[in-house]
Parts: sequence; structure tokens; C-alpha cells
Amino acid sequence: MNQPIKSTDIHQSILDDQKSQDRRKMMINGVLLLVLLAAPLAIYPVFLMKILCFSLFAVAFNLLFGFTGLLSFGHAAFLAAGGYTTGYLLSNYSGLGTEMGIIAGTLVATGLGLAFALLSIRRQGIYFAMVTLALAQLVFFFFVQSEFTGGEDGMHGIPRGELFGLVSLEDNLNMYYFVLAVFIACYLLVQRVVGSPFGQVLKAIKQNEPRAVSLGYNVDRYKILAFVLSAALAGLAGSMKSVVFQLASLNDAHWHMSGEVILMTLVGGMGTLLGPVVGATFVVNVEYQLSQGPLRDWVDPILGAIFVLTVLAFRSGIVGEIQKFMRRNLS
Amino acid sequence: MSMIFGVPLAVLSGQLLIGVINGAFYALLSLGLAVIFGLLKIINFAHGAMYMLGALVTVVLFDALGINYWVALFLVPIIVGAFGMLIEYFLLRRIAGQDHIYSLLLTFGVALIIQGVLTNIYGVSGLRYTMPDIFKGGVNLGFMFLPYYRAWVIVAALLVCFGTWFIIEKTKLGSYLRAGTEDSQLMQGFGINVPLLISLTYGFGVMLAAFAGVLAAPIYSVTPVMGSSILIVVFAVVVIGGMGSIGGAIITGILMGVVEGLTKTFYPPASSAVIFLVMVVVLMFRPTGLFGKEA
Repeated sequence: MNQPIKSTDIHQSILDDQKSQDRRKMMINGVLLLVLLAAPLAIYPVFLMKILCFSLFAVAFNLLFGFTGLLSFGHAAFLAAGGYTTGYLLSNYSGLGTEMGIIAGTLVATGLGLAFALLSIRRQGIYFAMVTLALAQLVFFFFVQSEFTGGEDGMHGIPRGELFGLVSLEDNLNMYYFVLAVFIACYLLVQRVVGSPFGQVLKAIKQNEPRAVSLGYNVDRYKILAFVLSAALAGLAGSMKSVVFQLASLNDAHWHMSGEVILMTLVGGMGTLLGPVVGATFVVNVEYQLSQGPLRDWVDPILGAIFVLTVLAFRSGIVGEIQKFMRRNLS
Repeated sequence: MSMIFGVPLAVLSGQLLIGVINGAFYALLSLGLAVIFGLLKIINFAHGAMYMLGALVTVVLFDALGINYWVALFLVPIIVGAFGMLIEYFLLRRIAGQDHIYSLLLTFGVALIIQGVLTNIYGVSGLRYTMPDIFKGGVNLGFMFLPYYRAWVIVAALLVCFGTWFIIEKTKLGSYLRAGTEDSQLMQGFGINVPLLISLTYGFGVMLAAFAGVLAAPIYSVTPVMGSSILIVVFAVVVIGGMGSIGGAIITGILMGVVEGLTKTFYPPASSAVIFLVMVVVLMFRPTGLFGKEA
């Protein structure tokens, strides 16, 4: 007679599995942290900061798209709102610390995100995508016509200033470690949010919204919260980007940028934590490499082709496919 | 000269005319989107690119082969429509069972490719298309001057819109289409070739966009990027009208063109944003859209 399997055994094995998975994750994260800390020794810090800013942008977008299932086609609006606000404040109020400028930019993007969220969650699915795209276009027109943005010329020569009045950010290395610290803090925040009960509800909404409703969750409130959080982080990314490059321009507000962040998230792996970071790194590198070579005029069609290929052949993205592979072969 | 609200009548009616013409384009494009959405349940992000292809192919055919406007009016939608069917057959069909968000992203990628490649070939400065002689000049209506071509655009767009409505609501093919919208599996069970129907529907929606492109070639600047900005406006129009009914798409399109024209007369800085503002108001007070049923 077979011994009945005790439920505690199963429980224990799940726990062990969980533990080994956690250990693996910790190791991956530790290695990544070391790489990021040492990276400016080998790679130009401004380029690294570009990758970090776009990674944060994609991580923010993924919180909404990958974990809540809401496809926003208007995230460029938040990136630009953060960037322009920070740029304007730092350029015109020299007494203001850089950190205050960045906080203000993030807050403006958060407010804008709330406005977007309240309007767009009234429609679902592809309507949601269209509404966010149209709202972002409205914001784009606003930026085009406002004087403070510099219109078509953009905002140049934004001073990097000092952090807390102590550390000069004119130095690329100081700037890099500041950006890295903010990025890691945000990454951990998103990790925490996704793992929290709140994050579980977001996943439930993504998987089956009517079920989440029937379980008694106020789905709209969760969606709005996720949207606002995502917009805030996207705004923070834009604020930091404007400080790093000392530049804020209409490119950041254009629908093209909204498309790019979708691509980054998709290529890296939507709904995974690390995916958007990998995707942003990939896309920024592809764009950079192409812009240096004979294919410099072909960036757009190549990005389009990557889009098509990803959707057709590997929808889980780079990280998602690796996870699938590991699950198949290592467990 | 008579004035209305401090604006000369001729100016007002001129802007209204331009509004109606823009509206006719919005109507044709949102109609195509609605037709595709009905059966495929996807938003065709490549719709703007198809509109642009319509205009561009018209110009290129004329320059290279001397193919005139009237022939182009029939030939170009067929060429571009066939191209659309190829996209449906080779790309969209492969992800048919997946979340509709993927097909939306796929068409977005296709649009980027088409627009990017053509920008490299033709630049962004705009190609010129000479208007056919028959449309040169216009008629003075007393209160305004009506160019013949603009009158023709309105008539042609309305005819095509009505024709589409007729096909979908009154013919056998249209009844298949509507049935497929309701339940395509059941349709398949009745022995109707649903995959073919889907290809044809996508091709037909694309044809409508290409037809709008041919109409646009003589009056708008023809560039590879002409499709992307109008597409976002059309999305807003679709959100305002809802994709529930064919008639709704047509009426909303023309109405929004007129609203835009009026804004250009009375408060020009807001004219490019007004349709988006209308969308915001509609979302606040009637989230399903003016003619929409679904949320």
C-alpha cells in the first residue's frame, strides 16, 4: 500500500522550491548590482544613464501593461511632463535643489496621470489604448504651443545643479550614481508593489476582470492607482532624463516615444520584473549602434520589424523566454 | 459683406467647407476601422499607413506610368487592398487566437515599417500631384467660392460611405459579415469560409483607407508621414462616436470635421486640439460614445 503523501510534505517542497528560486533571484540581482556599480569604469556614464532612465520608464510602463493588462499608448506624455517641469524649474529658479526639481516633475506627471486615468478607465481594451493615445496627443499639442517648453526648439542647457546642495551633479560619475540609486529604489518599489496583495489584485484584474469585480474588488480604484503610480515613475524617469541630458524636447512627448516604451517592454518580457530593463537596454543599444552605421536612416523600419518579429515569434520577450526555458529544463 | 459673430460669412463658410471635407476623410477612415473592428476585433494601427499608401501610390503611378486620376481611383484601392490582404494572410492570421492587443501591436509595427521605408525613399518634404484639368476652377455660390474638386471629394466620400452602408446592411455578403461579427464560430459551422471572409473584410477596410488617400492626393501634401497624425485624430473620432454603427461612424466623422472648421474660424490655436477636447467631454458624460453600445 502506498504511503499517502502528507500535505505538509507538499507544503515543504513548495517552500523549498520557493527558497531556491528566491536564492537564484537574489544571486541574479546581486550580480546585476555589482555590474551596475562597476559599469562606468568601462562604459561612458551618460550612455549608461540613458539606459537607466529608459529602463525606469519601461519598468513604470510595465507595471500598467504587464501586471495590470492595461495598454497605455500615451506614456510619452508623462515622460515629457516630468522632463519639461523639472527643466523649467531648474532653468528658472537657480536656488532650487536638483532633487526638488525632480520631485516637482514627478508630482506634475502624477497629477497628469490621475487625469488620464480618470478619463481612460471609462473605456476598456483597445478603446483604452486609443483614449490614452488621443489624450497624449492633446498634451503634445499643449507642449508644442506653450512658450515655456521652447516649442519646436525644446529646452536646452538645463543646469544639473547640486544634490541637496552638497554634491555637484555636473560630474558625470556623481550623476550616474544618483541616477542608479533612484533607479534601484524604484525597481525595488515596483518589486514590492507587484508582490503585495495590491499587486495580486492587479494580476487578477489582468487575468479576468469580471471575476475580480465579482469577488468584490473595486476594480476601477485599483486601475486608477496602478495608472497613477505608473505615470509617476514615468514622470520621474523623464525628470531625471532632462537633468542628465540637460535637455527636454518634443521627442519625449511624441507618440513615437509611447510606441518605443511598448517595444522595450515587449522585447524584454512584459509582466516580468527584469524584462523592461533588458528590453530598454536592448532597444537603446540597437538605436545607438544603428545611428553610428550605414543604416542610420533605417532605425524606424528596423524597430518596426523587431516589433513584428516579437509579436509573431516570441511574445514572452527575452526574459520571458529565458524563464520558460529554465522552467522546462531546470526544474 | 455680411458678418456672423464678427466673422465674415465667406470666411466662415470657407472654413465650414474645409471642415466638411476633413470630416469626409475622418468618416472614410473611421468607417474602415469600424468595418475591420467588427469582424477581426482589432484596431488597425496600420490604417494611417494604408491611407498614405493610397495617396503615394496614386502619385507614383502617375509619375511613372502616367496613370490618370480616374483609373487610380479604382486601381489604387485594389492594389493597396490586396497588399492589406497579404498582411492579414501572412501576419495577422498567425496570431489570430491571441489577445487582441497583440494584433494591435503587430499593425503598429507594420505601420512603422511602411512609413520608415517610404520616408527613406521619398523623403518627408511632400510629393506634388497635379489636379486633373476637369477639376480646375470652381463655382461662385454668391456667399462663397466652391472649388470643383472639393465638391467632388464630398460627393465621392458620401457615395462610398453610403455604398459601404448598403453592402453591409442590405446585401447577402453584408449579412455574412454581420453574422460573423456576432459569432464567427457558428458561421464556420454553417459552412461559410470565415478565414476568407476575414481576409476580404480586412482588405475592404484597407481599400476604404486607400480610397481616402487617392481623394487626398490632389489637395493635401503627399508624404510618407501624412497618415500617422490623421490616424490619431481618427482614433479620437472613433472614441467619440463608438464603433457600434456604420451610420454613427459617418455622422461623427463629418461632425468632427465641422467642429474643427468652426474652431479654426473662431479660435485658431485650439483647432488642432479641439477634437481631443470633445473626446474628453464625451468620455466624462457619455463614456460609451455618442453611438456606441459597448463600454
